[in-house]
Amino acid sequence: MKEDRYLELDFTDRTSGFEMNRREFIKLTGGGIYILFTIGDSLDFLQERQGRRFQPNLPTDFNAFLKIGEDGRVSCYTGKVEMGQGVVTSLAQMLADELDVPLDSVDMVMGDTDLCPWDMGTFGSMSTRFFGPPLRAAGAEGRRVLLELASEHLKTPVANLVTEDGVVFDKTNKESRVSYAELAKGKKIERHLKEPVTVKKLSEFKIMSKPVTRRDARDKVTGKAKYAGDIHLPGMLYAKILRPPAHGAKLIDVDLSEAKKVEDVQIVREGDFVAVLHKYPDVAELALSKIKARFDKPVSDIDDKTIFDHLLKVAPEGKVVAKDGDLQKGKNEATAMFDETYFDGYKAHAPIEPHTAVASIQGGKATVWASSQTPFSVKEEVAKELGFPPEKVRVIPPFVGGGFGGKTRNLQAVEAARLAKLSGKPVQVAWSRKEEFFYDSFRPAAVVKIKSGITDKGGISFWDYHVYFAGERGSQQFYNIPNQSTIAHGAGWQGTPGPHPFATGPWRAPGNNTNTFARESQIDIMAARAGVDPLEFRMQNLTDKKIQRVLKTAAEKFGWTSAKAPSGRGYGIACGTDAGTYVATVAEVEVDKATGNVKVKRVVCAQDMGLAINPEGAAIQVEGCITMGLGYALKEDIHFKSGEILDLNFDTYEIPRFSWLPKIETIIIDNKESDPQGGGEPAIITMGAVVANAIYDAIGVRLFQIPMAPERIKEAMKGG
Amino acid sequence: MTPSNVQTANYLIPEEMKETIMQETIQFKLNGKPTKLAVDSDRMLLWVLRTDLGLTGTKYGCGENLCGACTVLLNNEAVRSCQTAVKEVQGKEVVTIEGLAKNDTLHPLQKAFMEHDALQCGYCTPGMIMNAYAFLQKNPRPSSSDIIQGMEDNLCRCGAHSRIVQAIQAAATDMRGGF
Repeated sequence: MKEDRYLELDFTDRTSGFEMNRREFIKLTGGGIYILFTIGDSLDFLQERQGRRFQPNLPTDFNAFLKIGEDGRVSCYTGKVEMGQGVVTSLAQMLADELDVPLDSVDMVMGDTDLCPWDMGTFGSMSTRFFGPPLRAAGAEGRRVLLELASEHLKTPVANLVTEDGVVFDKTNKESRVSYAELAKGKKIERHLKEPVTVKKLSEFKIMSKPVTRRDARDKVTGKAKYAGDIHLPGMLYAKILRPPAHGAKLIDVDLSEAKKVEDVQIVREGDFVAVLHKYPDVAELALSKIKARFDKPVSDIDDKTIFDHLLKVAPEGKVVAKDGDLQKGKNEATAMFDETYFDGYKAHAPIEPHTAVASIQGGKATVWASSQTPFSVKEEVAKELGFPPEKVRVIPPFVGGGFGGKTRNLQAVEAARLAKLSGKPVQVAWSRKEEFFYDSFRPAAVVKIKSGITDKGGISFWDYHVYFAGERGSQQFYNIPNQSTIAHGAGWQGTPGPHPFATGPWRAPGNNTNTFARESQIDIMAARAGVDPLEFRMQNLTDKKIQRVLKTAAEKFGWTSAKAPSGRGYGIACGTDAGTYVATVAEVEVDKATGNVKVKRVVCAQDMGLAINPEGAAIQVEGCITMGLGYALKEDIHFKSGEILDLNFDTYEIPRFSWLPKIETIIIDNKESDPQGGGEPAIITMGAVVANAIYDAIGVRLFQIPMAPERIKEAMKGG
Repeated sequence: MTPSNVQTANYLIPEEMKETIMQETIQFKLNGKPTKLAVDSDRMLLWVLRTDLGLTGTKYGCGENLCGACTVLLNNEAVRSCQTAVKEVQGKEVVTIEGLAKNDTLHPLQKAFMEHDALQCGYCTPGMIMNAYAFLQKNPRPSSSDIIQGMEDNLCRCGAHSRIVQAIQAAATDMRGGF
């Protein structure tokens, strides 16, 4: 089975990147032992993009490093950010283990563009997968350097030395010892990780692969953790920006007279860009409400109901993702054929922290604190906005209050920088919930059309798959189908509107949620027609051992017993792969036929993600995926009309609540010998199909559109 | 120097035309300390806490009483500070997330949230903990479904719900002295 392609992130007009040369860089951070290394994802990313849309002048020799300081503390400098996914803990675990230092002595310095080398950003479940191996190797290399230094210092051959808790000692004479701090003192050693380095074997792990509680938890439970909105600079003003009522609306005229009367308010205007600034954010908001503005709203008949016809109309010729055999031959062999269409509407990221940024310009240098998954993009975008050279912009990401892909878009940081320049003061731009919904780069609406057929032996004879605007990720099917074709029409999320009425962006496992919903629903439809239990139908059409194993594991844990659907039990099953990880989910639902309300009672999820560095952290991510996935499966849908977003807060855009909570059981497959794979996204991809399949099993009604909201279920019951 | 395209509204407006904001003196107890504040008393407590008083642990999430990120205690009741005018706290006692730990000793809820990994991005966490605090005052021996009901209006997007329920259950036991 081929791995999915996930490197879809594309920024417009990227011009330059990490300019500081290595000498300057190391001067900045003082003495010690430095191990420079590269993170694979960023390099792959660069190679992907070479000769395409941008040619960044970026280093290919290193993009992360670790430092063993003169005080014995170990610091890892990386452009990745912590946004709840727990890498601040799992990355530190790897490093501490390879270096043989206590976990407490490792500092993760993350995302600060002046301190850390360039990194493309934090998304795609890649931090552990692609950062993990070189980070561990760098740790091992650091340990090797320390052993060499200790050998000189203790006049003992390396072979006789062992390391433990930041100390090197002679295994024949424990009194002969020297600490890492002593070895690093007064040194300035720089090693570049090039050769493959031997890292620890599983049996040697002391910290990795063991559950550890979050390192950032104490700050987060005491209110000390600083998010972008918690940054307050002397003289700082809070800005509120005049927004159009709909996407595409143009400002006709504006009357600022009433807003000006608000005491101490400062109003900034540059063309259509109008903002009010005040030392208190709520007073700025009050002043904003006093602005009278008229807008010319575009007229369009595209809304959340007509969007699918529109998308199919504007869809470009497809790109072949996979092709095998002869579809016609497969059709001839089929004893039953299926032709179905699946729909998925726009979904908001809706992190509880809206986009926020603070910008300050002093002495020709801008400093920006931004809630962002891509601080190095912020740096570039801000530099471009201000007309500054990139080295005159520093971006510091504080804690990020949830991203899910939405914070790869950084408009708020550009706005803060623009206003800091215009007002001459430090400025905070904190989007309201309304702005967060309005300017979110939604998960794209998409359509999937599948034609398929089965034989009387229970095999799948052909598979003709067309995905429109969800993208390729997760589109490739993995069943044993001799005649098949998978074609992707249009990219998935697109940044700028393109075929959509507004911006679309990567949403936790981009594209794969839609593709897995369609594929796994279609498989169930075929199983039902064949009169075969949906688990058995899958098993008999699969040869991939990994996917079989997760299916079997989840089904066993659930207590699955064979039955043809609809059995009335409300059981559903679905599987898929994402970010190198294999996942199978079994769910039990209860459908209230009178109200159309679905209660997901129990979810069992088995995941094979290779080596789980922090098994507890991995389980938490799976639970998060399942809970968040219930939202798009059951309720989440952006309603809009003529560029106007109708869902602007949590009253109409309902995200999962405590009462939705099913009993969740997660199984992380013991596969420690394999490289670690993605953990932040995979388990969410099956949630649409597993719920759809369970609803069918409960009431014999098939849903072809997510979310499976009560009114849709009632509608489908009438039709069925 | 003010850039030329900036209109600094204030000095352009004659004094008599300015909207005058009534500053009032509000006195209340904040995290155990008597606090006196000259403030426009119609302003919402959330912003006064976060800006005037520098207590940023209380978060903005929705501004409309829909998410619970701004929850604080007012006379031991959980209130949404985004919807509570400062004048409503006159003479009362306000506790924020910063006031929960005594010296360096964490409150059992804080400890339980840490031990149960009941948080991810951490942004909804202060509101969750404050809401749970008020809830446990009323119901010191809750069942899981009591907790779910009591926490229903606090939103979390990362999906830490099941661990939050476990943490509150554990904290309740701890607060009862282990019984």
